[in-house]
Amino acid sequence: MTAWAAKKDELYDLYRELILDHARKPRHFGRLDQATHTAQGINPLCGDKLSLYFIVDDNGQIETVSFEGSGCAISMASASLLTDTVIGLRVDQAEAVFDAITSRLTRGQAGDESDIDVNFEARYEKLVALDGVREFPSRVKCATLAWHALHSALNRQAVPATTE
Amino acid sequence: MTHAQRQPAASAADWRKDFPILDQTVNGRPLVYLDSAASAQQPAAVIDAVARYHRESHANVHRGVHTLSHRATDAYEGARDKIREFINAANRSEVVLTSGTTESINLVAQSFCRPRIGPGDKILITHLEHHANIVPWQLVCEQTGAELVVAPIDDQGQLDLDALWPLMTNDVFMMGIGHVSNALGTINPVKEIIAQARERDIPVLVDGAQGVPHLSVDVQDLDCDFYAFSGHKMFAPTGTGVLYGRESLLECMPPYQGGGDMILEVSFESTTYNELPYKFEAGTPNISGVIGFGAAIDYLQAVGMSCVAEYESKLHDYMVSKLAAVDGIRLIGTANNKASVQSFLLDDIHSHDLGTILDHQGIAIRTGHHCAMPVMTRFGISGTARASLAFYNNADDVNRLIDGLQKARKIFG
Repeated sequence: MTAWAAKKDELYDLYRELILDHARKPRHFGRLDQATHTAQGINPLCGDKLSLYFIVDDNGQIETVSFEGSGCAISMASASLLTDTVIGLRVDQAEAVFDAITSRLTRGQAGDESDIDVNFEARYEKLVALDGVREFPSRVKCATLAWHALHSALNRQAVPATTE
Repeated sequence: MTHAQRQPAASAADWRKDFPILDQTVNGRPLVYLDSAASAQQPAAVIDAVARYHRESHANVHRGVHTLSHRATDAYEGARDKIREFINAANRSEVVLTSGTTESINLVAQSFCRPRIGPGDKILITHLEHHANIVPWQLVCEQTGAELVVAPIDDQGQLDLDALWPLMTNDVFMMGIGHVSNALGTINPVKEIIAQARERDIPVLVDGAQGVPHLSVDVQDLDCDFYAFSGHKMFAPTGTGVLYGRESLLECMPPYQGGGDMILEVSFESTTYNELPYKFEAGTPNISGVIGFGAAIDYLQAVGMSCVAEYESKLHDYMVSKLAAVDGIRLIGTANNKASVQSFLLDDIHSHDLGTILDHQGIAIRTGHHCAMPVMTRFGISGTARASLAFYNNADDVNRLIDGLQKARKIFG
């Protein structure tokens, strides 16, 4: 057994079953022609590109959401998980998830648990699957791309969101 | 140095030792560097030459009467002479030092084409080009109303010559063509194409960024009008590059940028430009980088470009045969005549995921569109994984790549 083989393999942590499942079978994939809110997310470095479509009702509740686009497994899975998470939330609640997930993923390597939202894991169980990117700084942008697009869409920003 | 006497296969291990950066672990594994087409590593001889210059000889060039300025100027101009010899330019005045291939091509587009073209004129490029050999021509077409025409490629990533010849019409003012495709490795038959262009009086610029590191280049034998290349693709520091230009053409081109060093005499009424090549070298140049460039050429001359080409060709064949045997692989770019570059896709794994998985095992490859988005579009894909070899790579590197790909399949399995 070589030294490196004995090392914990963060790759399996990055590409968890749930991530691969969502990347291969993205939920709510497609365009919503009746969308009330929409935004694009572009990661110019990777070429990841996605569009998010929201239907928000008069009470500020997200009735439905969909996305389309192409990118790596992390960006696709993150977008798919996003759709599962925010359907039924109010806009301000969705914004709170944006804040929580982006700060969680950009916090740096796992182990630095200071300032962590203790309720995150209970509230957004599936999103914990994205935690693996924290060991891969170059991939954090892939995981946050859809969330930045959500933020743009819900704030009606005309310029595509980028993670640059 | 004794490299020149060694046989390539026997000396590969020694070449590798000349590159200190390769002797390290990345993510706990010995580094396998397969991204030389993006930027090649520097031998100790280059690193030391740059450091020695900074320690002993730094001053501005072409300016001072003091000793350090003389030393810096001698070393800087000495590098130009080495470059001239390396590409067999007829005259050192034809060797314009730039920041890289990109600047070299922009210089030709703006200084040679822009004053001479307008609506009705065409600039001809190919579908294989790097963005640096597309966008400068697009810009000048926008500025002048000229039209950009693109020669097609086939499914192997080779130029379709039968389609190219009819595009070389009388209204083509200029042709830009890559010597070697950075994305696919295709070696274009530039000599044959230039001969055809010459018959039709079409000047040709060759983007040699990926040519010079792998092939012996003789600009007089090619008979090209311009040849652009970068230092950092051929084991020299970044921020260095060359525009070779035929003297008669350079003579009639206006300066590309104004500033110090490119003038003979300045008054507010008029300025007399310096002679070639200085007319195109405004401002203090990348002196240390160019001196490193000279050291890189000394190193390459000692290794021998024919040894480089022979060794890389064998290793490339080995890599392609190993890659082709991996289940789920799709090779992109299978030209009959190729440099040591291979693009590929593995199953439905996105190239960035592949890049991360390989990096985690200490293997550096390039992923994405390789600054050649039209090539990707041609193959109906958004990007590829690309492994590119230099003469410091070996069969173990290739084997590690293959193991890495097997692991990626397991993770995505």
